[in-house]
Amino acid sequence: MIKYKSFLIKYAEIGVKGKNKYIFEDALVRQIRLALNRIDGEYNVHKEEGRIYVDTLSDYDYEEVIKALQCVFGIVGICPLVQIEDNGFEDLCEKVISYIDEVYENKNITFKVNARRARKNYPLESMEINRKVGEIILDKFPEMRVDVHNPMLMLNIEIRKHINIYSETLKGPGGMPIGTAGKAMLLLSGGIDSPVAGYMISKRGVELEATYFHTPPYTSERAKQKVMDLAKKVAVYSGPIRLNIVDFTDIQMYIYEKCPHDELTIIMKRVMFKIAEHLAKESGALGLVTGESIGQVSSQTLQSLGVINEVCTIPVFRPVIAFDKQDIVDIAIKIDTYETSILPYEDCCTTFVAKHPVTKPNINVIKKSEEKLDEKIDELVKTAIDTVKAVTIEA
Amino acid sequence: MEAYLDNSATTVVAEEVKDIMIKAMCEDYGNPSSLHLKGVEAEKYIRTAKEIISKNLKVEEKEIIFTSGGTESNNLAIIGSATANKRAGNHIITSCFEHPSVLSTMEFLKEQGYRITYLPVDKDGIVDMEALKNELCEDTILVSIMYVNNEIGAVEPVNEISKIVKEYNPNIIFHVDAIQSFGKYVINPKKAGIDLLSVSGHKINGPKGSGFLYASGKIKLNPIIYGGGQQKGMRSGTENVPAIAGLGEAVKLCYKDFNEKIEKLISIKDYFIDEISVIENIKINSKKGMEGAPHIVSVSFIGVRSEVMLHTLEERDIYVSAGSACSSNKQKNVSATLKGIGLKPEEIDSTIRFSFSCDTTKEEIDYTIDVIKENILVLRKFIRK
Repeated sequence: MIKYKSFLIKYAEIGVKGKNKYIFEDALVRQIRLALNRIDGEYNVHKEEGRIYVDTLSDYDYEEVIKALQCVFGIVGICPLVQIEDNGFEDLCEKVISYIDEVYENKNITFKVNARRARKNYPLESMEINRKVGEIILDKFPEMRVDVHNPMLMLNIEIRKHINIYSETLKGPGGMPIGTAGKAMLLLSGGIDSPVAGYMISKRGVELEATYFHTPPYTSERAKQKVMDLAKKVAVYSGPIRLNIVDFTDIQMYIYEKCPHDELTIIMKRVMFKIAEHLAKESGALGLVTGESIGQVSSQTLQSLGVINEVCTIPVFRPVIAFDKQDIVDIAIKIDTYETSILPYEDCCTTFVAKHPVTKPNINVIKKSEEKLDEKIDELVKTAIDTVKAVTIEA
Repeated sequence: MEAYLDNSATTVVAEEVKDIMIKAMCEDYGNPSSLHLKGVEAEKYIRTAKEIISKNLKVEEKEIIFTSGGTESNNLAIIGSATANKRAGNHIITSCFEHPSVLSTMEFLKEQGYRITYLPVDKDGIVDMEALKNELCEDTILVSIMYVNNEIGAVEPVNEISKIVKEYNPNIIFHVDAIQSFGKYVINPKKAGIDLLSVSGHKINGPKGSGFLYASGKIKLNPIIYGGGQQKGMRSGTENVPAIAGLGEAVKLCYKDFNEKIEKLISIKDYFIDEISVIENIKINSKKGMEGAPHIVSVSFIGVRSEVMLHTLEERDIYVSAGSACSSNKQKNVSATLKGIGLKPEEIDSTIRFSFSCDTTKEEIDYTIDVIKENILVLRKFIRK
């Protein structure tokens, strides 16, 4: 297989951000560097004439580089690139022929040459290059045919300081580079949905922080470890995640003692949202992110979502709100969180789930029930916030 | 204070075991199959371990096969004897109450066309002898029964079982899973009519990844691992010399001052049972004295999920096992043993196993029981409603 020295990074949306374009490009360059830092090899990531290149400076594993780049939001396409010096048109033609010969074993294909003369002092015009290179290809490989509308092989030749030859574009994840859209606080549980929600929000360039509610002895150390493992998987895409671990046991037991059991989950989630919002504001996160999806469980009916949402003043983003479970599972499998999510360490938190919870809570009724917590809840929440343990989780 | 009461899960490696393993790893690191001196030195560890074990069981050295532990020993015993004796029949008898390394292996053989009979047990976990007599038939080639049950410490009458089996047909192979009983009982397989005996190293202060199978020279057994033909072809693969050396040492140690140790274990167990009995609304699933294994006590704390109890104790540095994984919505996790002895679902859900070693102290027991008493009322308040 041909050993590519460089990759051309294509990005779509961020190309159209006007004056702010450089902010997005710089963020993308930074994220690509971070992703490549995690794998072996040395790379030079640089911007040049409105394009981003990854040059390989050492031996590298092709599959590994592609996989790392495919986790960087903002990248639409990755083009493995042959870069040559300008040693005249004849030399260019030779290089093109050997490129095609090496990359395409089967020559029974249609093609089109797409030259771009960015350096205007090159002696041939784009159209001339297209025609002449096309002729030479037809001459050398008689099996190949021209198709200018829908070619199987689109051979790009870019005349710049160097000359770029490429014909393949591997799909990137799309989205926007992390660090271009502020920060949000993800409520991360050990389930399937919340890691997916985090992934989706971070795909839009949002930096993630996360909060997990730990209830020992009703949830185990392993359940906590599982959440950390999930954060690590999401961090492959989102970059490092600061995970706040809140000890929620005393609050949960207090609610259990004081409030009607069919309202436990709603009241508990309202307190969780309050704590998460507090932590979000402290760290400058601009919204909460949850994995809620309409109707999935009793606390995710529109009525319940409304009653829970009522405690928040910052926006709550629910990227999987209208997704079917299977659609969420499909993404979880794609981002490799599924296998971890289904590990069965959380069974015992069902102690605090009523057998017949309310599905259409009324805000006034819930508030009335919460009055029974007035005596100690503020103090307990304060203690929970004061004793938060934060760890930074890197991929 | 720390109380490690999970010695049926695993035990701490003894100092002497550690020392000999380090020596085998770092000094005498040769491959026992090598022809040169380094190989001979390594082989010596295997010879020594084999000698210790065969003397202990009063069997021939060539009847010991080293394995990677209890699970492999059970697999080799069951699959190896079933395939080697296929011509004699295809019926196997076991109990509903065995360890997963036996039950899952039986399931595999069932898929291969063998007929498996699972004998019921009574409320104390003792295999039904009448059922055994009824199920034996001319197609029966193997009977596999555990010596001591790992979850409740029930002791099966292996001598009686072997008598029934061998009187019916002396060619039927009798396998005993002795993983929880080796080191707690003096076992003489030849006298007891046991043809295959599985033992694990890490339950007796030896290393994890060590174990052996005693296989009587009189029976036919196929290997389940093929390769370079080590251990007379019965278990290919370069011998795990450090583990085997450690296992040998552990066997030697656990039968030293044996009677005193067992007496001590039983007094600890009985003390624990006496003390815990004052707690209301519990069910003790194990027997006092010699009627049960000397080191295992299973208790159901009705109204407290076993995992919640486990994590509560863990917070106070007390380490135990949950009798059954939290089974709120996953029926498949329910323990075959606890179901087998007829516990109700709420009893199964709340079962904790305490298992002791000779190093367990009365202070640790007192501490554990205090912590349970201190927490159980609160824990019982928080149940799913």
